[in-house]
Amino acid sequence: MRDFSYLRATSVDAAREAAALPGAMLLAGGTTLIDLAKCGVTEPDTLVDITHLTGLDRIEVNERGATIGALARMGHVADHADIKSRFPAVSEALWQAASAQIRNMATMGGNLMQRTRCPYFRDPSNFPACNKRQPGSGCSAIGGVTRGHAVLGTSEACIAMYPGDLAVALVAFDAVVHLGERRVSVDDFFLLPGTTPDREHAIELGEMITAIEIPGTAAARRSTYLKIRDRQSYEFAAASAAVGIEFEADGRTIRDLRVALGGVATKPWRARAVEDALKGKVLEPETVRAASLLAVEGAVDHGANHYKIELAPRVVARAILKLGETA
Amino acid sequence: MTVHTRHGDASDGVTAEAVGGRLSRVDGPAKITGAAKYAVEQQLEGLAYAVLLESTIASGKVRAIDTTAAEAAPGVLKVLTPDTIISLRTASDWFGTPPPDKPYCPLAHDITFSGQHVAAVVAETFEQAVAAAALVKVSYDETPAIVDLSDGKAGDGIPIDAMTKEWGDAQAAFASAPVRVCAAYNTPREYQAPMEPHGLIARWEGDQLTVWEPSQWLDGMARTYAEWFGVSFENVRLVSPYIGGGFGSKALALSHGAVAACAAKMLGRPVRLVMTRQQTFTGYGGRAATRQTVALGADRDGRIQSIVHRGVNETSMDGMWVEPLGSVTSIMYATPNFSSKQNVVRVNSVVPGAMRAPGENPSAFGIESAIDELAYEVGIDPLEIRLRNYAEQDPHAKKAWSTRQLREAFAAGAERFGWARRAPEPRSMRDGNQLIGWGVAAGTYPVRRAYGEAIVRILSDGSVEVESSSIDMGQGTYTILAQTAAETVGVPADTVVVKLGDSRFPRAGVTGGSRLAGVMTGAVYKAATSALDQLIGLAISDPRSPFHALQANTLVVANGRIASPRGDGPDLSIAELLASIGRDHIEATGDTMPANSTAQDRYKNYTTIAMSLPHTEGDYSRYSWCAHFIEVRVDEDFGTVRVSRVVSALDSGRLYNPKLAESQWKGGIIMGIGQALLEEGIVDRRHGRIVNNNLADYLVPTNADIPDIEVISVGIPDLHSSVLGGKGVGELAIVGVAPAIANAVFHATGKRVRDLPITLEKLI
Repeated sequence: MRDFSYLRATSVDAAREAAALPGAMLLAGGTTLIDLAKCGVTEPDTLVDITHLTGLDRIEVNERGATIGALARMGHVADHADIKSRFPAVSEALWQAASAQIRNMATMGGNLMQRTRCPYFRDPSNFPACNKRQPGSGCSAIGGVTRGHAVLGTSEACIAMYPGDLAVALVAFDAVVHLGERRVSVDDFFLLPGTTPDREHAIELGEMITAIEIPGTAAARRSTYLKIRDRQSYEFAAASAAVGIEFEADGRTIRDLRVALGGVATKPWRARAVEDALKGKVLEPETVRAASLLAVEGAVDHGANHYKIELAPRVVARAILKLGETA
Repeated sequence: MTVHTRHGDASDGVTAEAVGGRLSRVDGPAKITGAAKYAVEQQLEGLAYAVLLESTIASGKVRAIDTTAAEAAPGVLKVLTPDTIISLRTASDWFGTPPPDKPYCPLAHDITFSGQHVAAVVAETFEQAVAAAALVKVSYDETPAIVDLSDGKAGDGIPIDAMTKEWGDAQAAFASAPVRVCAAYNTPREYQAPMEPHGLIARWEGDQLTVWEPSQWLDGMARTYAEWFGVSFENVRLVSPYIGGGFGSKALALSHGAVAACAAKMLGRPVRLVMTRQQTFTGYGGRAATRQTVALGADRDGRIQSIVHRGVNETSMDGMWVEPLGSVTSIMYATPNFSSKQNVVRVNSVVPGAMRAPGENPSAFGIESAIDELAYEVGIDPLEIRLRNYAEQDPHAKKAWSTRQLREAFAAGAERFGWARRAPEPRSMRDGNQLIGWGVAAGTYPVRRAYGEAIVRILSDGSVEVESSSIDMGQGTYTILAQTAAETVGVPADTVVVKLGDSRFPRAGVTGGSRLAGVMTGAVYKAATSALDQLIGLAISDPRSPFHALQANTLVVANGRIASPRGDGPDLSIAELLASIGRDHIEATGDTMPANSTAQDRYKNYTTIAMSLPHTEGDYSRYSWCAHFIEVRVDEDFGTVRVSRVVSALDSGRLYNPKLAESQWKGGIIMGIGQALLEEGIVDRRHGRIVNNNLADYLVPTNADIPDIEVISVGIPDLHSSVLGGKGVGELAIVGVAPAIANAVFHATGKRVRDLPITLEKLI
């Protein structure tokens, strides 16, 4: 039987120190870690339980924005009144993620560390080749069953899709990850696979997510998260869009626009080309649909996932138009 | 036309406890509180834990298995390989066909599919077994595999002549028909996915084997274990008090069971083995992938002149599974000319198995889609064309239907659904971005009949005990047998204790093919009648009985009390009567076997399916029927299909308990929604392996995918089908759901999807 040690961290510093040990991993809600351990993907030598740390589950919202502690549960944040009113896309992304049971366990910091659902990544005994698990071993997904794989941000080493919802909303609104004192934008926190798909996050050994900060903006206040999926709940996105919009005083001309995609890319995917094409324009269905096509610029499919290239712009357009209707 | 709608509530004059009443599941509280102990939850002294290793190639040979590291791992008791496991004998198949005289090894040297069991590790704890299993190194010599039906190497397959059904000259009539439609319809591999995974505990005491295992057929599985190990049938005891879903997958003893029983024998300790969820996708078969072409020739009024049907299903390299694809095609509509043939194609997969309505389910997808296509081709309402081609008798057997309330089902369903308001043109109904479509399809399932036996005991406290080796996998056997015994003896249902799921009890055949309720209510009715007759006989004739002086011809028992029909004389509880005559119980065995049956007949009846009565035996053809009316909403940009309304009218004959029947119907409809929109085993063609072998990737519907479902019973008692007048319930309702949804999707979008499931990329 594979033994591992379990430590209960008593402070953030102690947790970071313990997490720097070889083979150590932080344990919060456990909804990803224990799942991956059962699949044989992660084999930690030491689990550093941070769920007893105090003060890391606070949700603070004011005019400048929201600061959400790393240990706040997804379910609590989704239901938080100020998050719902000032960051509806964040609340909607959360409550459409996973299941109620998982949202009640999983933490915000842990959510950012969620790993891909690529079936080849998750089945080491049948598919030894996986550059994400074993750098240089190859990619079993390319040439295989790719219906759920990414069309944006892929490389020859990896086409695994980033499966989460929350971070899509965060990247749209320029959220920042607090790694203790160090701050990294969510966009920079998630790394493209390139030649090193094993490295997914810009987090260094001995660092720990302590909070997520989301700047308060008018676009965040008028925002939505639209998730399209094969079944109606408890399912990852076929394509999703986090969109926020701010109009000029005329209520029709777009002053600020935020667009990010989920379910289609190797990381939470900010679609700045769509934003740039529509800023300053009057919101019209045809203009929006045309600009939304820019969301999948540079997309590359692997056969069965081609539909995502068709679908994603339609999701973006629908989300933008839906926000326009409420103007 | 009279529409018979039984609600089973007070308005029908039936109390909840009587047969036909809406008694809630008597096993419900035990399941909700956790008191119900499932097979592998038994706590046994000295229990050891086994885990399976599966092949990672689809075709080839095991070159070597290195068990050195695993054997040295902590807690490991045994590593079983094809070379070290004890040898078994080949068992007979489920028809009881004598097996070839050759050994059987549940662990494979020769690999014919990915996921085949190649080794097992047994350890003191489950965790030790899992850890040690990871240390076993299996090497292979791989050969090219035929991965599925579409593999270029698969070929046309093996013709199954027994499936051929022909009358008239179908080809010629099709060629000369004024209107012709012809299309191919495909269904993928689908999986039963029961909540409770397959597993067992096996324990040997000398040459006596006890197996705690979820089972749809205790006596059939006991027979297989007995034959494998060369012990007598009586030496094997199967115990299966509760089953967490079967859907056809738990009717046979499978190789993992043999491995556990071997391990228990080799170690002299009880052994538990439970499949992982991933292993349940390859450890036994789901529904075979199928392909059909359906050609309909008709006149311009939509009257069918010819049906030409060809079907193919996949089977494994070394097993034979025939999914009868012409089963609905040949009986649903009247046609003067008909031809149906079927081939079976060998691929490198586990042998497919039974899954809710095997045969009828994919068959209905073909014919019920095709007739919808014909309806549009001739410009006739899809409901009207079904009525226009209504089969007044069984077109294949040329016999009268025992009962066929399908016309009534169409009428009741259409009325409740509001079908008359349907705009005929595709894409003619919408709500914003949502295209709305209404579809109809019919379904059917034959009444499979067999024999059963039961014991009914009237105990000294006046309570009643029923024993049978049949099982309850959630469909409500405990409840309806309590109702049957209560009504027949004349006691309250809550004083009846039903004991099931132990092969030591009176025997029962397979719980499959929707036959159990009809078989077992008949057996319990007979046993209970016999017990009641004994009770009344003793009350009249025993000199110590307070009724003795009454000189009555008979007495009545109601609500647990016995009295004269005229109301004169004593009025005693059953307990008081038994006390007065000095009896501590009365016991009667009842069975529905023919009177002259031999012991061999009985053994064959309960341990094989060879004695099942044909549903077309005698003068009648016996089927259950249903009509589904379904509304879908399809997002025109996203291609997502959501079912927004279901009204189904069903004819299962007399319902023994409408509440439970409705629950089973709804379960079938929900499973049909999953089949239509979500379910598909996806094969990695390079490895011949199912990659979505888990419940995160193999999607079944969630509550959010299921709208309100309205079910209407239009059945009438059918005494040609069963002793008490019921027909099959469990499998019926899934049949026809997928084509009703596909037809609704066509109505919504104008796109005909002929490959299940209807996923969004097929519509955008």
